Amino acid sequence: MDFTPFVLSFKLAALTAFILFVIALPLAWYLSQTKSKAKPFIEALTALPLVLPPSVLGFYILIALSYNSPLGAFFQEYFGLKLVFSFTGLVVASCFYSLPFMVQPLQNGFESLNKNMLEASYIAGKSRLQTILFVALPNMKPALITAIIITFAHTVGEFGVVLMVGGSIPDETKVASVAIYEMVEIMDYSMAHIYSAIMVSISFVVLLSVYIFNAKQHKRFGL
Amino acid sequence: MIHLNVNKELHGSQGEMNLNVDLQIQEGEFIALSGVSGSGKTTLLRILAGLEEAQGNIRVHQEKWLENKKALSVQKRKIGFVFQDYALFENMSIEKNLLFVNDDKELAKKLLQTTELYELKNRYPNTLSGGQKQRVSICRALMKQPQILLLDEPLSALDATMRTKLQNELLTLHKEFKTTTIMVSHDPSEIYRLASRVVVLDQGKIINDGSPKDVLLKTQGSQKFSFWGELLEIKKVDVIFVAIVAIGQQLVEIVISSDEAQALIVGQKVSVSTKAFSPSIS
Repeated sequence: MDFTPFVLSFKLAALTAFILFVIALPLAWYLSQTKSKAKPFIEALTALPLVLPPSVLGFYILIALSYNSPLGAFFQEYFGLKLVFSFTGLVVASCFYSLPFMVQPLQNGFESLNKNMLEASYIAGKSRLQTILFVALPNMKPALITAIIITFAHTVGEFGVVLMVGGSIPDETKVASVAIYEMVEIMDYSMAHIYSAIMVSISFVVLLSVYIFNAKQHKRFGL
Repeated sequence: MIHLNVNKELHGSQGEMNLNVDLQIQEGEFIALSGVSGSGKTTLLRILAGLEEAQGNIRVHQEKWLENKKALSVQKRKIGFVFQDYALFENMSIEKNLLFVNDDKELAKKLLQTTELYELKNRYPNTLSGGQKQRVSICRALMKQPQILLLDEPLSALDATMRTKLQNELLTLHKEFKTTTIMVSHDPSEIYRLASRVVVLDQGKIINDGSPKDVLLKTQGSQKFSFWGELLEIKKVDVIFVAIVAIGQQLVEIVISSDEAQALIVGQKVSVSTKAFSPSIS
């Protein structure tokens, strides 16, 4: 049995979760603190991937990243990076696709914090970054874990965008979900069953651990 | 000397309001900031701390904290702030809460010992009682050895015994650390016990400023006792009338004449006073 599609899926998910965490942290913080009139517009934009069909998202990303677009040409020319039908392209596409799953829990987490506690940290002479790292994040562990795990799990579970932007190149872009789709297409149901069962069990275990962790946090800190 | 002259538009519950305060504060003073809710007390405290923007000038000793709209950042002001809801760092132990502000183990130990919290230093905030939390919060505020200690109704969420205990500790710490202290409070006995000066705000303006005795004692002329209360009911008992008045937390009965009974309206704010007599306290 070939495990590469699973390895690819998890590599993609881990990278996406990491990159999105770095990008979403300042964005979620900004959204939680701002009183700007632009807030609903930014919120709507970041939530778009939740409601758009993956084909629409995939189509735009494909157009934007292809060699015919200025962006795709720029990366090809200066970094030698091919952004479509490559693993790099998958990472970029996944970051768009999973953005709301990282931003929203983090933003909710920041908003639920006691504002006075953050102010107490500023009064203690701590910068905004120090406050986020040492006061805000440790006090919203459930939101933090939810954001990272759900982003990870959602990326493992993505299909449409991956197929459109990455195609199905073995060892490069053929992730588990795409592999299962192909098996069904060639009517290899027994392998499709095995792959699907693995996906179901892993996803269940991941989600279960999140809920158990959050329940424990509730008990310990009454969060 | 602390010079404070600030101006800020507020959108309060009673519509637009202009907070306009000009204050001179001596070093080491203990000031109580009083006034009805929505009068701008907390905002004034927050402006002084740098948590809120305002126009005007704040000069603390020789340092300029605010000049027109140019403000010194909250991080750079030597200030301690105690919030009504404690606002402790829930993820840190009691000792870490203090050391996060200033990594001075000796000072932390001294503060925790003064407030009888040293035994609890490894506990987490959510395992403490309200009174203990507020003492941690006061210790934390003093870790920076602030020039000004700001307290926003620090004791109003605590019961009476705990309040008295913390009032004494506050006074001890205020004297020991020689800070200038500004405390928002509604409790006359607390103000009388702690403060050397009371500033009363109303609608964003100072309407009274003086010693607690001058500001708080409400007797005039030859009255010996005078209380404000709310008239709850007027009862006719045989040939006399009895008024039930709520004064503070207590209900009292007062005999009134039929003329008075006619003139008074239930729900009214009334003054109950008496002239010279010799009461006995038991």
